[in-house]
Amino acid sequence: MNAPIKNTVSLSLRIPEPKARPGDPIDFSGLNVPPAGSAPRPDTRANAFQVRDLAFTLIRVLDEAGKAVGPWDPKLSSALLKSGLRTMVITRAYDDRMYRMQRQGKTSFYMKCTGEEAVASAQALALEDDDMCFPTYRQQALLIARGYPLVDMMNQIYSNEKDPVKGRQLPVMYTSKKHGFFTISGNLGTQFSQAVGWAMASAYKGDSRIACAYIGEGSTAEGDFHSALTFASVYDAPVILNVVNNQWAISSFQGIAGGEESTFASRGIGYGIPALRVDGNDFLAVYAATKWASERARANLGPTLIEHFTYRAAPHSTSDEPSRYRPAEEAKGWPLGDPVERLKAHLIALGEWSEDDHKALEKEATEVVRAAGKESEAIGTLGQSRPSVKEMFEDVFKETPWHIRRQRQEMGY
Amino acid sequence: MATMNMIQAINSAMDVMMTRDPDVLVFGEDVGYFGGVFRATEGLQKKHGLTRCFDAPIAEGGIVATAIGMGAYGLRPVIEIQFADYIYPAYDQIVSEAARLRYRSAADFTAPITLRTPYGGGIFGGQTHSQSPEALFTHVAGIKTVIPSNPYDAKGLLIAAIEDDDPVVIFEPKRLYNGPFDGWHEKPVEPWSKHADSDVPDGHYTVPLGKAKVVRPGSDVTVLSYGTMVHVALAAAAHAGVDAEVIDLRTLVPVDIETIVESVTKTGRCVIVHEATRTSGFGAELSAMVQEECFYHLEAPILRVTGWDTPYPHAFEWEYFPGPERVAKALKRVMEG
Repeated sequence: MNAPIKNTVSLSLRIPEPKARPGDPIDFSGLNVPPAGSAPRPDTRANAFQVRDLAFTLIRVLDEAGKAVGPWDPKLSSALLKSGLRTMVITRAYDDRMYRMQRQGKTSFYMKCTGEEAVASAQALALEDDDMCFPTYRQQALLIARGYPLVDMMNQIYSNEKDPVKGRQLPVMYTSKKHGFFTISGNLGTQFSQAVGWAMASAYKGDSRIACAYIGEGSTAEGDFHSALTFASVYDAPVILNVVNNQWAISSFQGIAGGEESTFASRGIGYGIPALRVDGNDFLAVYAATKWASERARANLGPTLIEHFTYRAAPHSTSDEPSRYRPAEEAKGWPLGDPVERLKAHLIALGEWSEDDHKALEKEATEVVRAAGKESEAIGTLGQSRPSVKEMFEDVFKETPWHIRRQRQEMGY
Repeated sequence: MATMNMIQAINSAMDVMMTRDPDVLVFGEDVGYFGGVFRATEGLQKKHGLTRCFDAPIAEGGIVATAIGMGAYGLRPVIEIQFADYIYPAYDQIVSEAARLRYRSAADFTAPITLRTPYGGGIFGGQTHSQSPEALFTHVAGIKTVIPSNPYDAKGLLIAAIEDDDPVVIFEPKRLYNGPFDGWHEKPVEPWSKHADSDVPDGHYTVPLGKAKVVRPGSDVTVLSYGTMVHVALAAAAHAGVDAEVIDLRTLVPVDIETIVESVTKTGRCVIVHEATRTSGFGAELSAMVQEECFYHLEAPILRVTGWDTPYPHAFEWEYFPGPERVAKALKRVMEG
């Protein structure tokens, strides 16, 4: 009897690890940042394979001097740039206040989008107001840009008497059909494939509206991501599929979702979906990529995948403490900078803005948010005011069936 | 009026609704050109066009998710999950999403979708083509769960489901598609054409959701059942020589409590019959309801006849399936109590 043949090398299991943990010096050495303006802008009729390289580079418009360069420069008016900057600054002021309110015990939970404001702010301007967005919990800037009242957002966070969702949802899970903002789930990834269905419906009806879906890089590991890309590709759904890669899924770095093997944008190529990888902290690049994708969708050319390469500068939520798993200075060292600072620098480089203008805008934003805050807090913060307990039993079905009615009566309502 | 088997009745319901309402569309695995593995969608694509009845990728989660998106847009999609045994990849989309869209958005968005899926045993389908997972859905707030037992009800309930503004899951007893199977599996198969409930109107009508039907009035014992088990219960009553009042629940959520209470109050005895496994099955809920509502009228313990708490086995189809012998035994036992 011969001895059984054995492997000459013992197998070993790899567990991906980020380059730096708390206490380590920050290390972005593996990050390849191509110069602004270096990516070509193909015709929107190009297919996924013709634009393959755009899934591996970074589309960047704003250079280090704050100038807009290259073929992706959307050549926006200064009014539009200022409007985008205003959305970002208000969003940041809003986040700061609501985070503070949670720390003061005025609500149970909050989630900031600090460092990622350009994604939703630029997209809100690049889309039509009636395009339907299927957001995650970090696209609050869509609502702000589309003029949804801040006070209603706060009422939701406080689950008070005027809460539009009647005290039923965790803070930040907004909804507003009127503002093209789909009800946020909290189960990650589920909305991505729903957006494809909405887009299919729009196409089925011969409508002109498109859908805009969001998912975090961590949740691309969910089956819903695969379903979304499959259905979008099969039916040429008029949808923009955004992967917001903010590097961190709570404490798991993007390598745990497979980001070290290939870019998240490149996932699209296997489905035949044109994919763009964009500097997510570059307002102009996000805007230009979104326009390119929306033009394709509106021309019946189907879906586009956009990876927004950005950084979650804030904790995942108020329940998170990032200093336990990543170097505290990592956000400050992020090589793509801060989206607000970069758009501000661009406006200054254009001669359209000044430090004083910016200070005035920040002051105005703080005031606007404070005024809404006072109004909402006057209605009540969490526990001080709330909708009738009766609301707990409504809207499970359109008409309340006997068993729920009886349970409501058992509660005394 | 025409004579229809259950498949034809289900097909007719979709045809009627697609004709009446341009916002009704049908999709699922193999449902388009081919017309579905059980032929439920046969001819719909040819008649109504490619975009109104089409094939979906093999991704149950994606099928339900896209239907939710379409529902949120304002359409009324009717989707088929090819076997109830394949529904689990879609469970998150059904439970966390479709069921809660209205609630979590305070009716800003709703999911008026109808999900059809063949379920149940008696076809030698083994453990992946025979399950009865209805209790996994009745346990979820925000979903209506419907199970027809004959062609007339199947069409009327399906139309009511499509017109309903909330998500409805319809489990279709696939053993009944071609005939009213009563569990005597060695007997020749009887076609629907010999059964009164195969007289089905060609046009539009509804059977209301949430209303049970007394299919056999009786005075000795109430049998609560649904789907294939309605026919088994009738056969068992005849076999046992017991004057059973057999109730076809038709809708499990919201269940018709009035019909149940009225019957058990009258008979004082109750046997619950379903194919699904016993532990935490819908029979447990029914038993609790009857106990809460009718305790002082009960003359014997409530009994359950169900599938065993094992996966559905291929070679032991008729030992697993709660056939008329087992149901008759329970009927006799409850009469002794």
